[in-house]
Amino acid sequence: MSSFSSSAVRRRVTARIGLYIGLTLGAVFAGFPVLWMLSSSFKANSNIFAYPPKLFDSSFSLAPYMAVLSNPVEIGYFVNSYIIALSVTAVTLLVALITGYVFSRYEFPLKRIINVVIIGVQAVPPITLLIPFFGIMVGLKLYNTYQGLIITYVVFTLPYAVIMMTAYFDSLPKELDEAAKVDGASSQSILWRILVPVSVPGMVSVGLYTFMISWNEYLFALTLTQTDDRRTVPVGIQLLMGQNNYLWNEVMAMSILGSIPVLVLFLIFQRYFIGGLAAGAVKS
Amino acid sequence: MTTSLVKPGRDQRPASVPDRHHHRPIRQRLEPYLLISPTVLLILALMVVPIVIVIVYSLMDNVVTDPSPKFVGAANYLAILTKPAFWAAAGNTLIFTVGSVAAHMVIGVLFALMLNSKTMARVPRAIFRAIYILPWIFTASVVAVLWRLLLDPSGVINYLLTSVGVLHEAVPWLATEATALLAVTVINIWSGYPFFMISLLAGLQGVPSDLYEAAKMDGAGPFRRFVSVTLPGLKPILYSMALLDMLWTTQQFTLIWATTGGGPLGRTEMLSTFTYKLAFNSYEFSMASTSAVIVLAASLVVAIFYVRRQRKEAQR
Repeated sequence: MSSFSSSAVRRRVTARIGLYIGLTLGAVFAGFPVLWMLSSSFKANSNIFAYPPKLFDSSFSLAPYMAVLSNPVEIGYFVNSYIIALSVTAVTLLVALITGYVFSRYEFPLKRIINVVIIGVQAVPPITLLIPFFGIMVGLKLYNTYQGLIITYVVFTLPYAVIMMTAYFDSLPKELDEAAKVDGASSQSILWRILVPVSVPGMVSVGLYTFMISWNEYLFALTLTQTDDRRTVPVGIQLLMGQNNYLWNEVMAMSILGSIPVLVLFLIFQRYFIGGLAAGAVKS
Repeated sequence: MTTSLVKPGRDQRPASVPDRHHHRPIRQRLEPYLLISPTVLLILALMVVPIVIVIVYSLMDNVVTDPSPKFVGAANYLAILTKPAFWAAAGNTLIFTVGSVAAHMVIGVLFALMLNSKTMARVPRAIFRAIYILPWIFTASVVAVLWRLLLDPSGVINYLLTSVGVLHEAVPWLATEATALLAVTVINIWSGYPFFMISLLAGLQGVPSDLYEAAKMDGAGPFRRFVSVTLPGLKPILYSMALLDMLWTTQQFTLIWATTGGGPLGRTEMLSTFTYKLAFNSYEFSMASTSAVIVLAASLVVAIFYVRRQRKEAQR
């Protein structure tokens, strides 16, 4: 300790101050917009652009939230979003579990090519699929239905879900199921009784990814639905925005309410989120 | 685990095993196909078939609106590639993408390095980390309305800039021809950097600390250590993330649609909004399909680089 010269200590202190200045500037860039959204969601609409702007003013109230939550059309957007996102999550998870299991534990002639197609379709831009999807959904009478959006999002989330699930099963030792096989267990009971119970972390990652994509999607929700009783939250926010003279406070309140599910899931499952998404982005 | 049992690996199986494989009953051999059939059918029907449809549409005239469209070959491609509006959209997409990806990389590295700093205690680190991840929670539709509020002529950003004297008068950032593209790019930078940062943070933890020690011994300063130890360690992640980000950013629709709608006067028109308008505003489905196929081709080029990169990584 005594060997530290005072200049080294000073340099260290300067570096530390510099770091905290940098961190604070970064936090303002990242956090201020969110703080402003939050504060605006509690203001009276007439005070949104008050001069000079204040973070919280005398009009602070829950009224904007009450307005959103007492409007049946807007509640409907939330109900629709929950129905669709939860259904997609259940279906994608089920299908990805079975497919991932097969990819991980079976060898069969067409495996490689199917795998390449599943990886490849992830690169297809949504806008490319939009025009044929519109025709297909109208043709199948799925236009403006829950089922239409559910099947759309299942197809969009399935490739990555299969890749993640396969990777997860690959990480489990083969001895687990081989021992059961020797005992005469069927492939179904190996999957559901032996692999699934130890695959919860992988399933959580897949489920979170799927829910988030379905909850947040906008382009297809906009194009494949028509009436208010089938619109989802991201589209609903834009509809509210387009309505009579900009109800900024209600738009912000609805944005906050619409972001809560993802925020809550993130807070509970942070580890899975970051692990799953980062690993998938870098390794898939 | 049964450590006493040494199991032969897949590639050193006794010769009799493939034989037995051959004699398995058909039902058992079909089992994997049966089990993956939902995935295969879904992807075939709603990924592969639509791609074929959109390519066919791009080679025909007046599809969807005309009950008997004619095959016109490459005519639509020639028509669209001579449209100045198409090239303007392509140019905007390029600027938007390059600007976003470059800024995502710089901010991602910077924030990840700050968060990884050894001089910080656990609690402040966790707090800053949570704040830095925040923008990632919000979907493009929310990000769009939020920034419309912030960037409004009477909004808080204009207030701050005019009160410190950077601006003389408020600027309607999203409605001004000269600033709209910059504004949407900044919005996209804000909403997209956390994903980079998170991956880089994971990557930083993988850079061996003895390399830093060795560099320190050799008398390398912090900047030198960053250039010759940190950066090379992060290069594979940076490269992969940049390609993925490029893929996503060129496809960005919602953010543009919900902020400027491509305006003012086409200054923020991207290939995605251009294609969407061709189809659903002017009902030129053939032209829209042509544009959509061009976007697909561009995406595939980036995707091929990405897959190649992953292969190389996997082999190492």
